[in-house]
Amino acid sequence: MPVRLSGLQKEVVALYRQCIRESKKKPEVAQKHFIAFARKEFDKSIYLDKKDFSAIEYLMRKGKRQLEMYASPGIKDIK
Amino acid sequence: MASLRTTSWLLASSRAVFRPQIARRSMATVTGNATATTQIKSAATVSTVEEPAPGKDAQIKTFQIYRWNPDTPSEKPHMQSYTLDLNKTGPMMLDALIRIKNEVDPTLTFRRSCREGICGSCAMNIDGVNTLACLCRIPTDTNKQSKIYPLPHTYVVKDIVPDLTHFYKQYKSVKPYLQHDTPAPNGKEYLQSKEERKKLDGLYECILCACCSTSCPSYWWNSEEYLGPALLLQSYRWIADSRDEKKEERKAALDNSMSVYRCHTILNCSRTCPKGLNPGLAIAEIKKELAL
Repeated sequence: MPVRLSGLQKEVVALYRQCIRESKKKPEVAQKHFIAFARKEFDKSIYLDKKDFSAIEYLMRKGKRQLEMYASPGIKDIK
Repeated sequence: MASLRTTSWLLASSRAVFRPQIARRSMATVTGNATATTQIKSAATVSTVEEPAPGKDAQIKTFQIYRWNPDTPSEKPHMQSYTLDLNKTGPMMLDALIRIKNEVDPTLTFRRSCREGICGSCAMNIDGVNTLACLCRIPTDTNKQSKIYPLPHTYVVKDIVPDLTHFYKQYKSVKPYLQHDTPAPNGKEYLQSKEERKKLDGLYECILCACCSTSCPSYWWNSEEYLGPALLLQSYRWIADSRDEKKEERKAALDNSMSVYRCHTILNCSRTCPKGLNPGLAIAEIKKELAL
């Protein structure tokens, strides 16, 4: 049986997918860097307990803000 | 912290050396307890450890301050207490906060700028009232602790710094600038009579500290759509301006069930405004304009 995700977990996954999608809009050479960066940002908080809602919600807000910033077309590459 | 602990241990043991054998045992437990209590105290109130013994007329006051660090999001927010001697501190809450940051705990984070109530940076919830820390006197009653929280119902950036992004976005949506298409009659500036200027008194002084909006229960529950007292006051400031030519457009933008009419005249806004303005009255004027 597949794992049933909670609402918040779905939101996290959605944010991750959105990050990947935005990465694909970047110049081809830089796409990998953006995806790796997004992954690293998510991995930073992998240790969080899934019931630590306030922390996850805070990181979601922070993530959305970061995504909005990095998605702007002025940003071409990331290290 | 670790170094402080070791010194207290050293002191305790050196004292014990000079006591007779029998007394030492009972006394040792007492000193042991005493060091234990000072250790607990030192963890909570850092300043008392560092300062020399306070004088007799010292006014020691405890401040409880909301702490939360975004770098460790899994840690819950907590209240940290600091003690200060009011005789050595300036009269305002902001003086106390700056002193804590300078002398006790440099990690304490808060916004401040002008220290005279004109910038609106240091808005926070002090003893249950939204106000500017620079305009709020420290209550001299040293028996009571002062509690400092960030503005209620705001996302916290760190410690007592609120995230006002949404507030500023809403401010942008009320178009807070003069909209004027026809050129000025004298080719230089738009003139106003004294009576017309008088209408703006009590409106233009607002510094957008967000104290009123974050004290409004209606804004707590509907902050996405309801503009909140601060921005309605701003809206009215431009509606009331005789030089503005887009009055009807401004009114049309407000004429829906959410923007204005979530105001249920709770009037927390007028009660809390640190500049003594009356957003409640401005909202009433907007409602009147819309109704007539």
